[in-house]
Amino acid sequence: MRVVAALSGGVDSSVAAARMVDAGHEVVGVHLALARAKASGGRSRGCCTLDDARDARRVADMLGIPFYVWDFSAEFAEDVIGDFLAEYEAGRTPNPCLRCNEKIKFKAVLDRALALDFDAVATGHYARVLNGPHGPELHRALDEAKDQSYVLAVIDQDQLAHCLFPLGDTIKDDVRAEAQERGLRTANKPDSHDICFIPDGNTSDFLVDRIGQRPGRIVDSASGAEVGEHRGTFTVTIGQRRGLDLRTPGEDGRPRYVVDVDLSTDTVYVGSPEELDVFALRAGDVIWTGPALGEDWRQVTAQVRAHHFGVPARARMAGGELQVELHEPIRGLATGQSVVVYDGSRALGSGRISVTSRVGNTAAV
Amino acid sequence: MSSSSPRRAFVDHAATAPLLAPAREAWLAASESVGNPSSLHTSGRRARRIVEEARESIADDLRTRPSAVVFTSGGTESDNLAVKGLFWARRRRMGIDSPAVVSSAIEHHAVLDPVEWLIKHEGAAAHWLDVDENALVSLEDLRGFLAENAERTALVTVMWANNEVGTIQPVAQIAELCRESGVPFHTDAVQALGQVPMDLTQVGATAVTISGHKIGGPVGSGALIIDPYTSVEPVAHGGGQEREIRSGTLDAPGAAALAAAVRYAVEHQAEHAQRVATFQRALAEGIRREVPDAIINGASIADGGVSSERLPGNVHVSIPGAEGDALLMLLDAAGVDCSTGSACTAGIPEPSHVLLAMGVDERTARSSLRFSFGRTSTMDDVDAVISALPSVVERARRAGSVSASTHTSVGAGRADR
Repeated sequence: MRVVAALSGGVDSSVAAARMVDAGHEVVGVHLALARAKASGGRSRGCCTLDDARDARRVADMLGIPFYVWDFSAEFAEDVIGDFLAEYEAGRTPNPCLRCNEKIKFKAVLDRALALDFDAVATGHYARVLNGPHGPELHRALDEAKDQSYVLAVIDQDQLAHCLFPLGDTIKDDVRAEAQERGLRTANKPDSHDICFIPDGNTSDFLVDRIGQRPGRIVDSASGAEVGEHRGTFTVTIGQRRGLDLRTPGEDGRPRYVVDVDLSTDTVYVGSPEELDVFALRAGDVIWTGPALGEDWRQVTAQVRAHHFGVPARARMAGGELQVELHEPIRGLATGQSVVVYDGSRALGSGRISVTSRVGNTAAV
Repeated sequence: MSSSSPRRAFVDHAATAPLLAPAREAWLAASESVGNPSSLHTSGRRARRIVEEARESIADDLRTRPSAVVFTSGGTESDNLAVKGLFWARRRRMGIDSPAVVSSAIEHHAVLDPVEWLIKHEGAAAHWLDVDENALVSLEDLRGFLAENAERTALVTVMWANNEVGTIQPVAQIAELCRESGVPFHTDAVQALGQVPMDLTQVGATAVTISGHKIGGPVGSGALIIDPYTSVEPVAHGGGQEREIRSGTLDAPGAAALAAAVRYAVEHQAEHAQRVATFQRALAEGIRREVPDAIINGASIADGGVSSERLPGNVHVSIPGAEGDALLMLLDAAGVDCSTGSACTAGIPEPSHVLLAMGVDERTARSSLRFSFGRTSTMDDVDAVISALPSVVERARRAGSVSASTHTSVGAGRADR
C-alpha cells in the first residue's frame, strides 16, 4: 500500500510510521502545518511547534522515507480555531481535537492523500480498526489508559476504510521502548496534553485575547448573592472550581462550582457539586463511525470527554438528534462537549451535546 | 515512493549549485595553512595574501577595483549590509528623518525584509516601483520619482535578475538614472552572476551583491562589491575588518574558493548561457506540448540564442488546477528536484510574492513550479521532467480539485465576516 504517515514530531507517530515501513508499505512522511505558532523561546508543549516539525523531519530521515510539510493552516484556522472561538462565545465547551480529526486529519488530509493515489493515512492514535462482517470497525485501544477512540469517533465509515492506527494493540510504555530501540530521537519526548494552538495552556487568556473581555457577575445559585466577577462567560466552564477567585465562602463552607451560565446577562452561577449531576442529554451534528442507531433505545456506554471511561446508558435517535439517558450521572458536563456512544469496545458514533438535564433543572430532554 | 530511483534530475540550480572542482581545490589549498589574515606575523600575512589575491581576482573578473570587494557570508548578509548600511549612512548626511528607499515588490526577501524593517523601525518611507506582468521594473516610474524626490532618497535597490521568474532588469539604465540624481544604487546580482555578462564598468552600481554557492562556490561565501568612496554604516560591529564595514575574522579559504568560482562563472558565462538556454527552450517546448494549458511565466523564452530579457537557465510555469507543493512532491517521487519558488524554514509553501506583484492571482501563484538549469544539467534532465510531467499533472490536478473545494469554503467563510 501507499501510505501517508502523519508525523506530528511526537513519539507515537514516529513509531507508527516506522511500523508502516517495516510492514513493507510505500510510506511518505507528512507533517501538518496547522497552527502556525510563532517561534517562541519557551519550551515546546503543544504539537505544532517548529521543534516538532524538525523532529518529524528527522524521524523521516532516519526511516529513509520522503518528507513533506502540508499546509492546512487556513482550514485549521477556519474549521478548528474558528469553531473553538464561536462555540465558547455561544456558551459551549468544544473539544478542538475532535473537530481537527473530523475536518482536517481524516477529511482534508485524507482526501488529498487519496487524490494523490495514496491508499491510506496512518497516525499514532491509540485505537484499533478491526475488520467486521460489514466492514471496518473502530475499537478502543488495548492500552485503555491511552485509548483515543473518543476523539476519532468523528470518522465516517468510508473514511475509516482508509485509516491505519498501528499502535492500537500496543501499550504506551512499549511504544516508548520501541522508539528507544529504533534509535528515534523522539523516544523521550513528553506527551502533549494541551490544546496545540494554545501552547502556554492558558485557554482563558487565549479566549480573552481573541474575543475580548466581556465581564460580568458571578452569582451564588442558592443565595442569589454576587460573589465575584469574571472576564467573560467563555473563560469559565461548567464544573470548574479553580480560578474563580470568589470573594466570600459558601454558606456551608463547601467548594462551589460553575453550575450555569446565562449569556443574556453575562452571569455565571456557582453552586454545590450536586447541581452538576447530569442524567440525560441530547446531541446534534451526529456522525456514525459504525452503524447508525435507530429510534429504538439501545444499551450503550456513553463517554463525554477524552479521559473518561464512560457510563452505562441507553441511546436512540429522535428528531435528528442523539438522545442519551445515563444510568449513572456524570458530574460537570457542558454543552458543546462531544458524547461518543460505544457498544462494548466499539465506537458507534458521536454528537455535540446541545442540551443536558440535571437534578433541579427542568430542561426537557 | 521511489526514493530509490537511480538518477535524480537536479533542476534546481537557482537554489544552489554543485561545488566546482577549482573552488573545492582553492578552499582545500587555503585551509592547509594556519593564520588569521589580520595578524601581523608571517603566518598572518600568508593568510592575508590569499584573501587579497582573491579580492584582486574577483575585482578583475567583474571589472572593478579590489578595494570595492567586501567579503561577507553570502547574499543575505550582503543585501542587509547594502540596504541598511547605505540607508543609515545617507540619512546621517541628508539630515532628514524619514528618507525614501526605492525598491520593487519582486525583490528577494533578503532585500524586501530589510527594506520593510527600515520602514517599520527606522521611519523609512518606501517607494515601490511599478512592475509589469513579466516582473520588469518600470524605468519611467523610477525616472519620475527621482525627478521629484532625489534629494530625499537614501537609496535605490533593484535586483539584477529575478530568482523566481528570471526577468533581467535594466540595471545599467537604473544605475545611470541614480548616478544622474546622486542617489546610491544597490543591486542583488546573486542569480545574474555567471548567467549574464557582468561588467561593472558598464553598470555603474554603487553596490552589488554576489553569492558563492549559486555559482559553484561554497555556501557561506559571498561579497558586497561597494564603491569605496560611498559611506556605509556597518551592520555588525567588531574588529573593523573589511574597511570597518564588515567585522569578523576574514575567511581566507572561503575567499579563495569564491574567487575561483567567480573566475569560472565569468570565463564560461557566454557558453554556459548558450548551453542552458537550449535546455530552457527544450523544457518550455515540452511543457507546452504535454500540458497545453500551462502558463509559462515571465519574459518570453528566446526561440534561438540567448534572451537578454530572461535568465537562460530559468523556466517558471503555472499549472492551473494543480498545487505547487503537490506537483513538487510527485516530481520528487519521479526523481526530479525542482522548486515551488520560496519556502519558509518549516517548508511551508507560500504564494510567491513575485507572482502576486506580476498580477497573478493567488490560486495560480500557488500552482507554480520553478525549474532552473546549471553547469551539470543535461538533456536527460529535460527529458526526465517532460516524461514525468503528464501523469504528475494529472494526479496533482485530482488532488487540487479536492483542496479547491476546501479553499473555496474557507474563502467564503472569511467573506462572511
